[in-house]
Amino acid sequence: MHRPLTALALVVLASPGYAQELNALVWCDHTDPALIAPFEEKFGVKVNLKEYEGTAAGLTILDQSQPGDWDVLVIDAVDVRRAVEAGHLAELPADKLATADFFPELVMAENNTVNGKTYAVTEKFGYNTIAYDKTKVDPADMTDMATLTSGKYDGRIAIYDYYLPVLGLVALGQGTATADITADTLAALKEPLFALKKASKQVADVVSAQTALATGEVDIMVGGGEWVTAVLMADNPNLDWTIPRQGGLRWAQSIGVVAGSTQPDLALEFVNYITSPEGQARLATSSCYWGMPANAKTGDLLTPEQKATLRWDEQPGFLARAQLYPIPDAALDTAMQDLWTEMLQQ
Amino acid sequence: MTLAARERRLGWGLVAPALLWTLAFFVLPFVAMLALSFARMEGREVVAGFDPGNYIRFFTDWTLFKALVTSLEITAVVTVVSLILAYPLAAIIAFRVPQRWQRLALLLAVLPFWTSYVVRSYSWLLVLGQNGVVNKTLLWAGLIAEPLEIAATRTATIIGFVHFFVMLLTLTIYANLIQLSPNYARAAQDLGAGRIATFIHVILPLTLPGVVTGAFLTFVLCIGDYITPQILGGNNELTLPQLIMLQLGRSGNFPLASALSVILMAVVTLAYAASARWLRLDRL
Repeated sequence: MHRPLTALALVVLASPGYAQELNALVWCDHTDPALIAPFEEKFGVKVNLKEYEGTAAGLTILDQSQPGDWDVLVIDAVDVRRAVEAGHLAELPADKLATADFFPELVMAENNTVNGKTYAVTEKFGYNTIAYDKTKVDPADMTDMATLTSGKYDGRIAIYDYYLPVLGLVALGQGTATADITADTLAALKEPLFALKKASKQVADVVSAQTALATGEVDIMVGGGEWVTAVLMADNPNLDWTIPRQGGLRWAQSIGVVAGSTQPDLALEFVNYITSPEGQARLATSSCYWGMPANAKTGDLLTPEQKATLRWDEQPGFLARAQLYPIPDAALDTAMQDLWTEMLQQ
Repeated sequence: MTLAARERRLGWGLVAPALLWTLAFFVLPFVAMLALSFARMEGREVVAGFDPGNYIRFFTDWTLFKALVTSLEITAVVTVVSLILAYPLAAIIAFRVPQRWQRLALLLAVLPFWTSYVVRSYSWLLVLGQNGVVNKTLLWAGLIAEPLEIAATRTATIIGFVHFFVMLLTLTIYANLIQLSPNYARAAQDLGAGRIATFIHVILPLTLPGVVTGAFLTFVLCIGDYITPQILGGNNELTLPQLIMLQLGRSGNFPLASALSVILMAVVTLAYAASARWLRLDRL
């Protein structure tokens, strides 16, 4: 009877005596201890992290929580407005954010600001485009999306299992801008989407796609980018990615303070840490997946190798050729997901 | 208070915690899920009401209904294949392996249970891949000229499932076999029955409760599994649990997800009703 109590007491005594705890609803790249530990040490707090996938899942968690349960939210930049309209994000003091140091395209005021008030700040971005093994495919072929369904690479393709970027890519392949996807134009995407599925071996989530590329199960990933290849580079330097001539998609994630947080000042400190050059360098090279930092000053803290992997110097060209995710309303979102489900069942 | 009344009261007192637990963590959530299955989505909002639309949609939209058909097909194949493999294994352990080694044999049989389910599924992906052990061995032996496409197919899902459920079925069937008195087989053989006749007319009927119990558990766990088809199936077809997860994680369509879950529970209940006559969960 005494032994468990003694063991429990030892565990309690051995744990750092944190005065506060900060609860953050995040993506997997924030769970890297190398990113979180410096903040915990500086502020003497314990950061509790919960991963989620997909905006719907994140918003559902917030819907089912009590005010004060969560302090920080990481969310798709294009979904910030949705979170604001659901009442989940608190206004941020724009003058205390590091956006002046950001790449201009990554300030994304049209996404992070609603009715003139700032609710989130961009923290990381990258591309959903074509990732491939350059020793297994002709890199020149990867610059044209039409090659994917030409028959040359049948059974060697994985499709990233996220309807928004892939439908966006398919739309670009048809000459439709992502912002122009509507209920009317969506019907025209069915045939090329199904053709892509027919040419593919699998529709894969992040880990499955990385596994398939790493093991040579597939040679191409549609919807992939630096976020897939960077963590695999050490083992397989032949992995590469490109933005085809039809264009690619730019993903971006934002971070904000959850409405109702009982410690908004500490939450804001966390947001500012993540968007500081130090936090950005760690987030950009997080163990789960890499991505470009939104803060341009981060370049001073990254090694030449890290910058090469992130293709730092090529960003101006990439940013010019990439479009944002589609931002569907509820009806279009449902129609897109129904089309995606139908594609999966083919 | 009479003795009988006191014993009745004591009985209820002992059962009460289990009843309360079941009420709180099964009955009430199920009622909530059932109610939610009749709600509908308006935009991104859930609107309460009594709308059978989710059920009508499931039974009239092939894209959704196909998920149930796929689940049933996979579950049926997995259950049959697992039974065919597990019964002889359990019989060998029960009748051929010396008693002092049986515990070790069972331990070895369930050893894969000790690893994480997710890790085990990803491991199968590596084993069954184009550059995996299976293809490399077959290529090396000259049995195939090109690697077989196994990973990211229904076959891979079935292999992953069978690996898991053979262990489960082996345990349930072994538990039944070991309780059989050897006198049954001796009596049958004294009456002139051969080995096959003894097995078909004596051993198999007596072990049917264990077989059906294992098969029922395999059916329930297999048809409700999300991880194995998600990792090994390559998302090339959707099972019912995958379809449910799609509604929860991506769409936020809780009413449809609830309706699909109720349908899944109905299928499991039907399976229970069909096998209830032979089910002997007390023999596990």
